[in-house]
Amino acid sequence: MSTAVLTAMQQGLQTCEACGLLSRPAPGEIEGHCPRCDEELSFRKPASLQRTWALLIAAAVCYIPANILPVLTTTTAQGAETDTILQGVVLLWSPTGWPLSLIVLIASIMIPIGKIAALAFLLVTVQRGSIRSNKQRVRLYRMVEFIGRWSMVDVFVDTFTAALVQLQPLMAVEPASGLVFFAAVVVLTMLAAESFDPRLIWDPSSSREVRHA
Amino acid sequence: MYNQTLSDASLIGCPHCDLLQRLPALAPGESARCPRCDEELWRRPAHSLDRPLALTIAAALLYIVANSVPMLGLKVVGREASTTVFGGASHLWTAGWESVAVLVLFTAVVAPGLQIGFMLAILIGARRDRPPKWVGRLLRHYPTAATWSMIEVMILGVLVALIKIADYAKVIPGVALFVLGALIFLIAAIEASFDPREVWDRVEWAESTAKQHAAGERTSEATL
Repeated sequence: MSTAVLTAMQQGLQTCEACGLLSRPAPGEIEGHCPRCDEELSFRKPASLQRTWALLIAAAVCYIPANILPVLTTTTAQGAETDTILQGVVLLWSPTGWPLSLIVLIASIMIPIGKIAALAFLLVTVQRGSIRSNKQRVRLYRMVEFIGRWSMVDVFVDTFTAALVQLQPLMAVEPASGLVFFAAVVVLTMLAAESFDPRLIWDPSSSREVRHA
Repeated sequence: MYNQTLSDASLIGCPHCDLLQRLPALAPGESARCPRCDEELWRRPAHSLDRPLALTIAAALLYIVANSVPMLGLKVVGREASTTVFGGASHLWTAGWESVAVLVLFTAVVAPGLQIGFMLAILIGARRDRPPKWVGRLLRHYPTAATWSMIEVMILGVLVALIKIADYAKVIPGVALFVLGALIFLIAAIEASFDPREVWDRVEWAESTAKQHAAGERTSEATL
């Protein structure tokens, strides 16, 4: 028994997500409040898999219009022209501007889809009770958590381009409907990452090791 | 209903894999990682109250400047335009994109303001021997403010916008852009020099009986 991995949950102890205090539910209770910071406690994030799936599916649905619909409308004397995110990337591509074009490509197109795929992979492996490559999976989760905010870049690019380029009647830039869906993808994937509980990755291995001990 | 505290206060569960373990006592400058999943459990910087306080006061001043002067402008065929951070969000609002306007305002202005304000209040409150409950309440919500505070992402977005616009107009980087650039480094330095555990260890407990219980335990441990 001494070599077995023991988790706080196996000992009936709950870790406070806000202040880190380890405490035991009062006799007869399943869940309680943190005595130090008053946060609601539970062994695992409540309905973590369902919530993460729901947010992730919503994000995946929004990802499609976010990429198909234009994010900017440019009105000049010659008429109006619209740009999607991908067109924006192509437009920025030039002998000197390619690094920026690459930043937008990675932040706006690759990071969101990568995040959706990574979280879906984590959810599926957790649901199948996988005990393989836990360390790599938790590392993947940390990457998703860390990198997610950078998808917001394109929202800021379009916001400040539109705010600045108001040179009627020469030229005016306004946001377009794709931007709303794109912003939704960023927010939904960030919330999805937050509602996923990485401890679920380890639970199957933890219970197995204790059983064999 | 409050949970019961444990007699051994050094026991913790890893937030990323739930491994039950004893957190070692660390000297300033040291850090501890979970042996199973490699999560950093505790990093103890030196001067973890004074240094972040100095940095936070500086950050608060820069934040005020950054939000009151123009961030970028442009000049084309005799016409000039400029915008502040707030101006970007308010343009979106008037153009009819309220939801995106709220998101931009929140991530670029409100959340950074809350992050700096919370930190300032926490650090001032934590200077007392027994930081009052509201310090704990702010510290509990600080990570949310920090997660949604996206000044560094905004700066990258503004730089991309500047270069896009530079194709057909002369762009003028505003004072706020440089101030915000400095603010990114200050906020990173605050995060690196602040130790929430130091505050949590001394804060007044939500459950006052638990507080007395813990205080009693602490003195009994000290006498052992």
